[in-house]
Amino acid sequence: MTTSPIPVRALPRTSENSLLAEAGTGTRVEFRGIVKDYGATRVLHGLDLDVAPGEFVSLLGPSGCGKTTALRVLAGLEQASAGVVLLGDADVSAVPTNRRDIGMVFQSYSLFPHLRVVDNVAFGLLRRKVAKAEAARRSHDALALVGLDHLADRFPHQLSGGQQQRVALARALVTEPRVLLLDEPLSALDAKVRVQLRDEIRRIQLRLGITTVFVTHDQEEALAVSDRIAVMNAGRIEQIGTPEELYLLPATPEVAAFVGLSSLVPGIGEGASVRVWGQSLPVSGEAVSGEVDVFVRPENVRLVATDGTEATVQESTFLGSFRRTLVKTADGAMVRVQHPASERVEYDDRVRIAIDPEPVSVRPRR
Amino acid sequence: MNGIAPSRVTRWVIGILVGAFFAIPMLATLLYTFRDGDGFSPVHWAALFDPAKTSSYAPIWVGLGNSLVLAVVTVAIVLFLLTPTMILVHLRFPRLRPGFEFLVLLPISIPAIVLVVGLAPIYQQLGRMLGTGAWTLAFAYGITVLPFAYRAIQASIDAVDIRTLSEAARSLGAGWATIVLRVIAPNLRTGLLAASLISVAVVLGEFTIASLLGRQVFQTALVVVKNTDAYAAAVFTLLALAFAFVLLIVIGLAGRSRTRKAGS
Repeated sequence: MTTSPIPVRALPRTSENSLLAEAGTGTRVEFRGIVKDYGATRVLHGLDLDVAPGEFVSLLGPSGCGKTTALRVLAGLEQASAGVVLLGDADVSAVPTNRRDIGMVFQSYSLFPHLRVVDNVAFGLLRRKVAKAEAARRSHDALALVGLDHLADRFPHQLSGGQQQRVALARALVTEPRVLLLDEPLSALDAKVRVQLRDEIRRIQLRLGITTVFVTHDQEEALAVSDRIAVMNAGRIEQIGTPEELYLLPATPEVAAFVGLSSLVPGIGEGASVRVWGQSLPVSGEAVSGEVDVFVRPENVRLVATDGTEATVQESTFLGSFRRTLVKTADGAMVRVQHPASERVEYDDRVRIAIDPEPVSVRPRR
Repeated sequence: MNGIAPSRVTRWVIGILVGAFFAIPMLATLLYTFRDGDGFSPVHWAALFDPAKTSSYAPIWVGLGNSLVLAVVTVAIVLFLLTPTMILVHLRFPRLRPGFEFLVLLPISIPAIVLVVGLAPIYQQLGRMLGTGAWTLAFAYGITVLPFAYRAIQASIDAVDIRTLSEAARSLGAGWATIVLRVIAPNLRTGLLAASLISVAVVLGEFTIASLLGRQVFQTALVVVKNTDAYAAAVFTLLALAFAFVLLIVIGLAGRSRTRKAGS
């Protein structure tokens, strides 16, 4: 392991788009036992995480879970109290931010207000002693990548929020950093722009093959764009896995509660399975016994004509291709049911529900 | 019009009263400079260019030269000592801000005469180390301008998210010197300009400290000249006021152009 700073790269490109010429490169990122204390408060408890070259990993969790702190430790904007951060094979724990060769997009708009868009993008290149003409050409390439080359001469205050974040993305990518860090870059945008930019970030990331760490508290965002998601809670990673793994096989109740929509229903643990309203369901985590709360996904609950458990409709919401209905069972559990929009139900209707035998997450009854 | 705002008549009355409060002494001084026996003439203004009067006005020019040097050194203190300190406190030691703010605003509540009592022994030592040149007053003036310069700069700092800007610049490979000079300072331009011009105005108007510490500056020179030629002192006073007025207009225009640019 070496402790020397990573040399910053600013290689001239001759292809049509300088950034695309580097497609497929990526750097491994590793957190090893990262601890971060603020005074007496420990916000990261020995964080371990490997991000493969070219991988898109999201740190997902509620506010205050330590995800942004972890990203800032990776960026060098915060010093870890213990542990090491590796970029490639190099320990960068003691390397200052400006020598880490990273690109970062922030939650708040971070474009330099006094510089034109193209000058904002060229800023990092000029710091790397790239000639002005070359920096301008590569800046235009980066702006073209995010579809904003025509706004190169505008000032940041003349752009919308979404455009500003696109420019920030171009600015972060133009230096061909080893790793791209995204600190909730979409949270200040309205819903439609958020989805567009989210998809664009993923598309660009795949084209460039750049290792990316994305911090978000929005599970839908994380599920949509990530190769893997690390769900964080109280300074620890609860589970790391692909979006499918997290959604279908949550390792802990916290993950089940945070990723996707769940209803809590009472059950009796029977080892590797749990009994709910007379049905036996496989347990996705550790074996359990006794009274438990069971996390049931809305899409795993069906309205049935016969059998099943009796329930009363509390509310029903039309969501386009399907309908989501909240029902109350005889034992008082509130259960969300996702069913075809054609199955119309009204408030106070008496219905019957059944649960598909899919693996469920459970926790001891509280 | 809402119920809280004063009526048009009230506003005019207030405007006229306040305007009169400032304008009457200045108009009186202006009229005084034109008095010539029982009539009026520009003879006292023309005397400024009279070679025969050069020696009697010499203290003014010496004092003005000293004051301008003092203004430059004081502005340098504001730009190169106070501003980086404020940026440092804002970015790295935000918890120190209340104490720092109290400290820099303190001079506004201390009368100049009290300040001089404290500064006199320090200036005795300073005189042995750096000589008794008038420029050394800049250290004292650097203290007296602190509250004004601080407020002007802090307003700009509060208006810009310099923490995020500096973090973005660091992530792009910039060192601290580049961040301060190329990222933060341009975005504090209005505040820095206002702080500098206010500092110049304060320095050109200060009398007590310079007089009691025995340095010749523009204001003390005016008193010296007034003993021999009261008209000349009045003329120079008006010119100094006009200069300060122009400075204020420049501050206002700079701020307005900045606002217009941001709002366009």
